[in-house]
Amino acid sequence: MSGLTPSQTVGPFFAFGLTPNRNYAWVDTFSNNLVTPDAAGERIRIEGRVTDADGAPINDAMIEIWQADAQGRYAHPRDSRALPNAAFKGFGRAGTDADGVYAFDTIKPGPVPGPDGAPQAPHVLLAFYSRGLLTHLYTRIYFADEAANGRDPILALVPADRRRTLAAKREERGDLTVYRFDISFQPESETVFFDV
Amino acid sequence: MALVYPTDSNKIHPARPFPDYRSTVKRSPSRPLVIVPHTLSELTGPVYGQDTVRAGDSDLTQQHKAEPIGERIIVHGHVRDEDGRGVADSLVEIWQANACGRYIHVVDQHPAPIDPNFTGAGRAVTDRDGYYKFITVKPGAYPWGNHTNAWRPAHIHFSVFGHAFLSRLVTQMYFPGDPLFPFDPIFNSVTDAKARARMVSSFDLDNTVPNWALCYRFDIVLRGREQTPMEN
Ligand SMILES: [Fe+2]
Repeated sequence: MSGLTPSQTVGPFFAFGLTPNRNYAWVDTFSNNLVTPDAAGERIRIEGRVTDADGAPINDAMIEIWQADAQGRYAHPRDSRALPNAAFKGFGRAGTDADGVYAFDTIKPGPVPGPDGAPQAPHVLLAFYSRGLLTHLYTRIYFADEAANGRDPILALVPADRRRTLAAKREERGDLTVYRFDISFQPESETVFFDV
Repeated sequence: MALVYPTDSNKIHPARPFPDYRSTVKRSPSRPLVIVPHTLSELTGPVYGQDTVRAGDSDLTQQHKAEPIGERIIVHGHVRDEDGRGVADSLVEIWQANACGRYIHVVDQHPAPIDPNFTGAGRAVTDRDGYYKFITVKPGAYPWGNHTNAWRPAHIHFSVFGHAFLSRLVTQMYFPGDPLFPFDPIFNSVTDAKARARMVSSFDLDNTVPNWALCYRFDIVLRGREQTPMEN
């Protein structure tokens, strides 16, 4: 058994390679739009602001999300159930802007199988990287208006007074449904991160 | 399906925060992480194959009208999992400073020249056995504001996927024998000497191309193991 290659910070200069977004002479591999023409389900935007321990915006963070489709199926060989969405990959990447804000356009995922076959409430996995963070962090975006959150086996492991940090709040903005998910390192509102 | 990937192996990663690297202090969780089992969500991850890269993406010396200034090098290696098995069809992204230690990024104000023939970004997908290869120029060391007279050892940033979202890795590849190693808090945030050595590439004379380019080898070990598929 071999030891892992250690993690190092993404640093301040990743954007030209990882999130060029037409600002550099390099083409994005991934974007913050996960929607493909064949993706069934409710179109949503996930949006939030990232702040450090003092509440200052983190303007050089990178966020990646990984999610199931609207039927709760992952586009991965380990999920052996049939995949009706041929093109929907379920992965996106975004950088934060000058105000620390990020956004993804995607579809709302369905419930996925959990430990011992009990379903998990709909959720999106999130990986967080930034200058000043040597090893990336994992968390989960849940949807505040989902009744299934109360039975979710992973949320049940989170101290009750901190679960709200994982619940994205729904707001309608014209035709657009936005789920707001802020990421905070401030002591009073610190986002729950997972040891996985 | 509780803990499917070993979590002990995570202990070699740098701590959050690591105060010698000053920016970590306000960008780290103050409360303990919540331990949770690995579910289908953690054990799956994005699948991007050979169609993700365009011809030429892995040669950083051929992306502009002329070749960049600097010492041309080949960087190659083997991406494998914790059981030593090659990770096939896995995306490897790199970004780096030019030979003078200057990034193309607008925020980089180091007074060293920008090279119009060098962006410093590349991508490759591992072959069926887990091997990748880049052609680039050796990046220069550069100063940063962490402490008085702080310089980063020369490095290439790597972003690697793998079997699952849990195997994501962002790291930095260093060059053997760099005199800046003892003074760099980012490098030394990995406190185990053996683990630290795994971030240092080795000079590869056998794959150096005579009269053309030196070669460095950088193998990467990702979390995970691909055993029997999970039942639903
Ligand atoms: Fe760097």
